[in-house]
Amino acid sequence: MAFLSRNPQLNQHGELQHLLTIEGLNAGMLRHILDTAESFVSVSEREVKKIPLLRGKSIFNLFFEPSTRTRTTFEIAAKRLSADVINLNINASSQSKGETVLDTVDNLAAMQADMFIVRHAQSGAAHFIAGHVSPHIHVVNAGDGRHAHPTQGLLDMYTIRHFKQEFHNLRVAIVGDVLHSRVARSQIHALTTLGVPEVRVIAPKTLLPAQVERLGVQVYHDMAQGLKDVDVVIMLRLQNERMRGALLPSAQEYFKSYGLTQDKLALAKPDAIVMHPGPMNRGVEIDSDVADGTQSVILPQVTFGIAVRMAVMSILAGSKQ
Amino acid sequence: MQLPDAEKLAQAMTQQIEPLLGENSVLVGMHTGGVWLAEKIHALLGREIPLGTLDVSFYRDDFSQSGLHAEVAPSDIPFDVTGRDIILVDDVLYTGRSVRAAMNELFDYGRPASIILAVLVDRGGRELPIAAQVTGAVLELAPDQNIQLNRDPQGQLALSLRQTTV
Repeated sequence: MAFLSRNPQLNQHGELQHLLTIEGLNAGMLRHILDTAESFVSVSEREVKKIPLLRGKSIFNLFFEPSTRTRTTFEIAAKRLSADVINLNINASSQSKGETVLDTVDNLAAMQADMFIVRHAQSGAAHFIAGHVSPHIHVVNAGDGRHAHPTQGLLDMYTIRHFKQEFHNLRVAIVGDVLHSRVARSQIHALTTLGVPEVRVIAPKTLLPAQVERLGVQVYHDMAQGLKDVDVVIMLRLQNERMRGALLPSAQEYFKSYGLTQDKLALAKPDAIVMHPGPMNRGVEIDSDVADGTQSVILPQVTFGIAVRMAVMSILAGSKQ
Repeated sequence: MQLPDAEKLAQAMTQQIEPLLGENSVLVGMHTGGVWLAEKIHALLGREIPLGTLDVSFYRDDFSQSGLHAEVAPSDIPFDVTGRDIILVDDVLYTGRSVRAAMNELFDYGRPASIILAVLVDRGGRELPIAAQVTGAVLELAPDQNIQLNRDPQGQLALSLRQTTV
């Protein structure tokens, strides 16, 4: 059953053709992306913040779900690589007129697309499109349902490496709504692949997927225990709509138990860094004092995100057909 | 084939470069061999002169054929390029395509006053109108011969020759 063992992200030469999920990529590949991103960071500090690598390529931002930060950083990254970028806000266009996803993709491919950046509320959407497009087109998953958000996971790894140098001696805590979070899943796969010995998730039982420990994480329901002596604290966004269901009593109560305050952060190592994929709910999962505090690296995450996305796009575009 | 001594060539190059230096001069080495050579020349010159490094991977003209090189190092130009007299240093000058890429990259940092090219070995085979102003040695090599610079743990430079399949 050879087709089962084939990783749909890799071409026949074993090179990255699409980036759909971090799961299944080895440490060498992840490190190669991070190393390449390092070279792109210096590009963003120059007078001319552009390199000619993807000149003449057309990159389509296919966002079936709204996003500001991810779409913008992909757009900036593509433009710094000299590609032409076309943003499609599909909520407002074809889909509402009844066109299927594959028809939309076929139409854009007929416009000589070279790469699709896909954000969709359904898990597996980017994978579905990657299986459909012709071999010269590359697909980057920019977030699919609860499944994966690989470039976010990678930029988080870049940020951790930037501030902590290595992975093999770290204790990392991911706090909050892991159940609905594609970001958390990508982070967990990346952290364990890169050799972080202790990855913790801290959340109420109602916000954890069943058997989450099988991903190689330790489960905590109490912030005071979970944050003890960690090097990195990653806060997850609590989506407001979760509050309406039966999962949580109220935002105030959630903040009391799982919101990150200076007092709780003091339990982590003194040089611990605080990360958040954004957008933040101040006063729900994170206190403003922490978000704007000296241990916060939330804005560097955004800056590094551009370099990481430049690295991903140029590695994909450079893979053999 | 008897290869020249890279250390001696570097010394000879340093003597050629010395009279060319002005107050705006800077050295820029091209990854990887050119960086080693630039560091060596920098040490031999023994004076305060800014030193930068370039990795031209993002400016190569063969990206659409061969993709991104496996190991890309960050370029590091720790000075303002505008108005500088740049001495661009590489180990081997062959087709001239890397030098073209390096010049394009330098101009994205600013507008240099001038660029001169200093190479350890000119092996002929140019495909672009590019010439070196400072040359360590000129060697006649067949297309299937690959000459490269190596650096041992003590920092000694040496040339080596390899047969390749073209």
